[in-house]
Amino acid sequence: MDLHVHTCLSPCADLSMVPRTIVGRAKQAGLNAVGICDHNAAANVQAVCEAGREAGIAVIAGMEVTTAEEIHLLALFESEKKLLKFADLVRNHLSGSNDPELFGDQIVVGKNGDPTALEESLLIGATDLGVNRMVKEIHQLEGLAIASHVDRQTFSILSQLGFIPAELDLDGVELSQRAGPEEHYELRGLPVVRCSDAHFPEEIGSAFTTFFIEEASVAEIGMALAAREGRKILKCRARDS
Amino acid sequence: MHLSEIAQILALEIRSAAKHLDTDVLGGYASDLMSDVMANAEEGYLWVTLQTHANIVAVAAMKELAGIILINGREPEKETAEKAEEKNIPILVSRLPAFELIGRLYELGIPGLRADAEES
Repeated sequence: MDLHVHTCLSPCADLSMVPRTIVGRAKQAGLNAVGICDHNAAANVQAVCEAGREAGIAVIAGMEVTTAEEIHLLALFESEKKLLKFADLVRNHLSGSNDPELFGDQIVVGKNGDPTALEESLLIGATDLGVNRMVKEIHQLEGLAIASHVDRQTFSILSQLGFIPAELDLDGVELSQRAGPEEHYELRGLPVVRCSDAHFPEEIGSAFTTFFIEEASVAEIGMALAAREGRKILKCRARDS
Repeated sequence: MHLSEIAQILALEIRSAAKHLDTDVLGGYASDLMSDVMANAEEGYLWVTLQTHANIVAVAAMKELAGIILINGREPEKETAEKAEEKNIPILVSRLPAFELIGRLYELGIPGLRADAEES
């Protein structure tokens, strides 16, 4: 699985990141499931889910949310409905409007890739919710909270907070495609996943995680992260390593 | 200069460790990335930041900083203030933005890491 893929809704993602292209590339890359995590928004998840059902690949409903400390967190939910609830909360805690010239276009699309709307809020910005509160909100909706690209110097919990607070109830941490071995980072023993953070089609699956689970669902992934009931993480790595 | 004097002159509002303001401030450092503060701030320095998460207390304690000033009227999270009280780390709130606040600290003679930089 590659749990961290952006669509053309994210201002920084390529405009070719439309539903059918994403699921097509994901299948080509040999993935069984792909997680859609746009910055602070979820408007394209439903279209990718539809495209995924047609193509026969599981799509996990997610978001890459920005906390007040400018930490990126992956929030993964069991259903689109729960994700949309979370998206409402996030919308109420974001401010500003996007300038496509500066930050890029934020395009809402149908499953065929036809634009249906432009998202106007400033998705590149940060919410005013601190990381402790954000993790609680994600758990309230029975979602999983995974700290994004903790190996990076920007927007990661380690860059912003220096270390992972002991009392913070994260479900896991993500290492990016270019990260070194996990021993290089102070991860407090949290479960590690690797994902591509793809912004371009060819990046999809460039890092991935293999789980030992019954089906590609958030509940099963959660059990694997917690190593419960026989579920576990089998391996995680970058494609070219 | 003592932290208590600085607090009085710059009208800083004290949010924790009010009994620990009699320390000598040896210098100042400004950053919002805690990884950067951990790498660069020095003992006895005053830290200017907008971060309000409880980790600022741990960083300040680890680096033995003189205290933390939050800018723009930002308030510490409840947990942050509690931890700061427990660890005797003064947190002070300034109504000023970072640039103005740091300018005034500089005017008071609080040096940075490279006080000699302007001469070189």
